[in-house]
Amino acid sequence: MSVFDGLKFRKVSSPIHNLDPRVKFVYVICIFVAAILFRDILPMIVLFVMQLPFVFLARVQRQWLRSLRGAAFLASFIFIINIVTTYFTKSYTLPVADVENAVAMTMRFVVLVESFSVFFLTTSPDHLGLALETSRVPYEFAFAFTTAVRFVPVLAEEAQTIMDAQKARGLELEKGGLMKRIRNYIPILIPLIVSAIRRSLELAEAMESRAWGACKKRTNLFALRLRRGDYVLIALTIIVLVVAIYTYLFLSIPTIASLIGIV
Amino acid sequence: MIEAENVHYSYPSKVEALKGISITIKDGEFVAIMGQNGAGKSTFVKHFNGLLKPSVGTVKIDGVETTKSSVAALARNVGFVFQNPDHQLFSETVEEEISFALKNFGFEPKVIEDRVTWALNLLSLTQYRKTSPFLLSGGERKRVALASVLAWDPNTLILDEPTIGQDHEQKEKLRQFIMQLQTQKKTVVAVTHDVEFVAECNPRVVLMKEGKVVADGVGREILTDPAMLEMSSIVLPQVAQVFIKLSALGLPKDIIDLYEAKALLLKTKERLGR
Repeated sequence: MSVFDGLKFRKVSSPIHNLDPRVKFVYVICIFVAAILFRDILPMIVLFVMQLPFVFLARVQRQWLRSLRGAAFLASFIFIINIVTTYFTKSYTLPVADVENAVAMTMRFVVLVESFSVFFLTTSPDHLGLALETSRVPYEFAFAFTTAVRFVPVLAEEAQTIMDAQKARGLELEKGGLMKRIRNYIPILIPLIVSAIRRSLELAEAMESRAWGACKKRTNLFALRLRRGDYVLIALTIIVLVVAIYTYLFLSIPTIASLIGIV
Repeated sequence: MIEAENVHYSYPSKVEALKGISITIKDGEFVAIMGQNGAGKSTFVKHFNGLLKPSVGTVKIDGVETTKSSVAALARNVGFVFQNPDHQLFSETVEEEISFALKNFGFEPKVIEDRVTWALNLLSLTQYRKTSPFLLSGGERKRVALASVLAWDPNTLILDEPTIGQDHEQKEKLRQFIMQLQTQKKTVVAVTHDVEFVAECNPRVVLMKEGKVVADGVGREILTDPAMLEMSSIVLPQVAQVFIKLSALGLPKDIIDLYEAKALLLKTKERLGR
């Protein structure tokens, strides 16, 4: 459940937390695009390092590390799949360039997880909902989205309880072959889904009995306003995007192997 | 036999839920663990089948330390019924739900069949054998969850809030069933807030507060001690309340049993009538 921990918001105040969520989101998307654009290690390292100041400014290092650790399993999976497929498609050889490619693919995933984790760690669900609303997303959808985000930790906790309950009935998750292991999760997933549905129906009833959606026009207690920090981030976003596109179109990126002189 | 010695437990979030609990539960004992919300009751009983391992101290089940055994191996002897049945029901029929654990423990198909029939009958669920557990009412789902644990006949039974959502008839059945288990020398540990239920059963009561045991003794003593109970936000059983108010008549204060109360009151009536 450590992946979810990385998405759990804690209320703290920092220059990063106080940024406008819309701007932050555009920035994350821009990093996302840049990460998708390149297939080399060097730009991935640059993108990875670029996020670090945000992590430290927001003082979310520990949670951030935890989310990376949670992503480690999938990352190693991506790496192994890449290595294995090249090994078999390149007639049982492993060229250095292909190993580098596999590393780059893995790094790309890590960069994506990293940037989204920074975004979610520093943006409160309320801010997120507000951002969606001001972006003309209908309130119902914005509300559904924030509720979903808010319930992630609750569901994670529930999953833990369900696992305990099934273990107490002799379920051994780590037993058997691959298929058996996947099947072992059925007794966990079904109660989780069922209780999530039950919970959502109860929530809907509770909300309706408190007059949810009674007035068509809603006003908000807080309004989003761009501040100086937001303009700095907008500028940074544009620079990243321009540099990324320019590099992609006009520069050739050296591989690590050529830099250290293996090939 | 459950032996807990100086058990401390901290959650990964660094919250210290248990602060040094030492307690021994003998075979065939019926223990009610009571205390306010957040006292650490559920955390403590989760140590009995190894779901949680103590940060400091030891928990031994029949002499074996829980850290040296898997949950599945411990669960064979220690059945744990969770509070919310929705956290465990997943099968298409009640029958399959009950046989799930039996299959996990590797029982023979014939034995599974017999055990399922026995458990269904015991909890008056026979008519729902082929029904989906999700179509049952809350109380019935709770009974299915209980049946699914009883089916493998564990030596020790841990019940987390067994009376919630049960009508009086079912509670009475549960009580009789617990008594029946005791005659078979089975250990029953119930975590509960239901003071009337505990008063009717009169088990050993362990009172917890903020991760510590604050009282441990027979129900009749603890459930009639207003100061002690108030500390744990527990209201006295109604019979005890009446007898404390009537103590001016020379009646004893430590009465929680309804039949005993009736006999005493009739005797007093006779005495006063004369």
